[in-house]
Amino acid sequence: MDKKTCEEIKAIIPCYTPMEALPEGLSLDDCKQMFFDICQIREFELKVKDLWRANKIRGLCHAYYYGEAIAVGACHALAEGDYITSTHRGHGHALARGASPARMFAELFGKVEGYNNGKGGSMHIADVESGILGATGIVGSGIAPAAGAALSAKLLKNGRVSLSFFGDGAVNQGPFSETMNMAAAWDLPMVFLCEYNQWAIGTDYWRVTKEHDVYKRAKGFGMPGVQVDGFNVFAVYQAVREAVERARAGQGPTLVEARYMRMQGHHVGDDQSYRSPEDIQRIQVLYQAEPLVRTRTFLEEAGTPAAELDGIQERARSVIQAAVEYADTQCREPSLDTLYQDIYADGEIIM
Amino acid sequence: MSVKTVREALNEALFEEMARDSRVIVMGCDNGVKGNPFGVTLGLAKEFGFDRVIDTPISEPAFTGMGVGAAATGLRPVVEIMFCDWVTLAMDQIVNMAAKMRYMFGGKVDMPLVVRVPIGAGGGQAAQHSQSLEAWFNHVPGLKVVAPYTPADCKGLLKAAIRDNNPVIFLENKRTYAVKGEVPDEPDYVVEIGRAALARQGTDITLVTYSSMVRTCLQAAEKLAEEGVSCEVVDLRTLLPLDYDTVIASVARTGRVVVVHEAAKRGGMGSDIVAELNERAFDLLDAPPLRVGALNIPIPYNAALEDAVLPGVQDVLDAVRKSLSNE
Repeated sequence: MDKKTCEEIKAIIPCYTPMEALPEGLSLDDCKQMFFDICQIREFELKVKDLWRANKIRGLCHAYYYGEAIAVGACHALAEGDYITSTHRGHGHALARGASPARMFAELFGKVEGYNNGKGGSMHIADVESGILGATGIVGSGIAPAAGAALSAKLLKNGRVSLSFFGDGAVNQGPFSETMNMAAAWDLPMVFLCEYNQWAIGTDYWRVTKEHDVYKRAKGFGMPGVQVDGFNVFAVYQAVREAVERARAGQGPTLVEARYMRMQGHHVGDDQSYRSPEDIQRIQVLYQAEPLVRTRTFLEEAGTPAAELDGIQERARSVIQAAVEYADTQCREPSLDTLYQDIYADGEIIM
Repeated sequence: MSVKTVREALNEALFEEMARDSRVIVMGCDNGVKGNPFGVTLGLAKEFGFDRVIDTPISEPAFTGMGVGAAATGLRPVVEIMFCDWVTLAMDQIVNMAAKMRYMFGGKVDMPLVVRVPIGAGGGQAAQHSQSLEAWFNHVPGLKVVAPYTPADCKGLLKAAIRDNNPVIFLENKRTYAVKGEVPDEPDYVVEIGRAALARQGTDITLVTYSSMVRTCLQAAEKLAEEGVSCEVVDLRTLLPLDYDTVIASVARTGRVVVVHEAAKRGGMGSDIVAELNERAFDLLDAPPLRVGALNIPIPYNAALEDAVLPGVQDVLDAVRKSLSNE
């Protein structure tokens, strides 16, 4: 990358760091898996956009494309059994944590075979059994429950860590600060992961927040805070790995601020009328910093043949294609008999 | 059986359930060292330690949310909102998370969460420490709402709430903490959620009530008995699910009904119960069903003003006489 481009990127993402070497603890094969995971999320979201526009998917869909490095880097740093809470922009979190794209598409199609039996949709994908404690549609509402999961891990002594994904929009909700305080006070095994994409729906974060760096807030609560390049899967992995190690060792929570940019609309139907032409032009340069391109470039420079990388991308594409076909042709619409199911435990129905 | 106060009965319920199940935890402001302002959690921290009896900072939205997350991952938290009025701060987690998670996640999560919410006015604590907001919770599918009166019911229903895999809002009236009554001694004594009880049997009119107003209705029934009017008093005990079978069976016997609660009358439980009776039991009624509740104004500080806002024995007498005068 030339120096000018690099400077332009740094003007938007000040903590931009080149992907130069594999971080400690990662093999080249791990990196290839990360690349596959990134490609899978990208393909998933591109399909979501098409299917939403074709009226095959209802409601609101908030796509995660270009944020893939955060979910993938963070989830590679977690162990089996660890918990995550997700956000309205949550498809990437679930996929990176190992959720089945077929069951996710089944959910987006509103089918019985979906993770939520067709009752949750895009904003509520959950697989509690595997630690995916669910996506929530209210900004910031998953942070305190993640600390509750960390509290249960601590009391049940099961060695688990809880990681909460949330955006820069969420840090101005009260429960963010309240939860930071309690997690620090009680040394809960938790990671606060702020996906800083600059835009809270249609409002630029900098217009409504004086101090732009979120990680600095950690100091006020007595926990470490770090800022990383959120387009760099290695940087996210390293920061979250250190945070997870601290948490698991009983040394308490960490706030990780991963800076990236929501380069597309808030949801797939968003016309982005609130963004000025300058905003959009500024964002163009970031296509050179985005995670799929950069991870691929790293692997190429590390000696992986282009054909192998094409193969990984092709595999991701076919997995997603098969997932869509499964949801579209092999899954069932829920019957109206299920309307009252699962409001209460053990089949209880209260009219 | 032993005679106990409501406060002692609630405290015993917590002790017994914490001893029975190590997953039960208690959390809220002043719950540990102080034993909460009313003594309901007194002694728990000493017995079970501060890991399980958690003194929280004053952060209702987040510690309620932590209760939600802990309930989803294997604990059985009893979260206390010190005064019902402040449950507004925790409503997002109660309404949008605790009540909805099972359904919106496809039935794959249990939510064994109890939120204890002390309600009630009458102590000169004015507009922000006195409200009874149970009707809000009644409106939210996914919740259960319990509002017992007697010490035995308080103990048995709190134990049942802790053992329930659904989020339960447990309303205890601050003015009833000193009420005394017989409480069974068996450690496995529980009262089933969703069952009303007859606090007094009668033949002329049904008073449907719950929580502190059970006492008021029983006092009114005594007075009316002197005039030869026989009142049946139904103590609902649980508001959601509401035991309409018991209510309607009583109305079938008496043909007249007055619903009495301490909460503001407009949009209160009484409005819902009367509407339901009109739909389901209209033919059983000999007179229009009536409601008694607080005036639709904030709770004022001055003793005379506060007294004028809250429903009392006289209001019940008036409503009963009005119902009986309707041939």
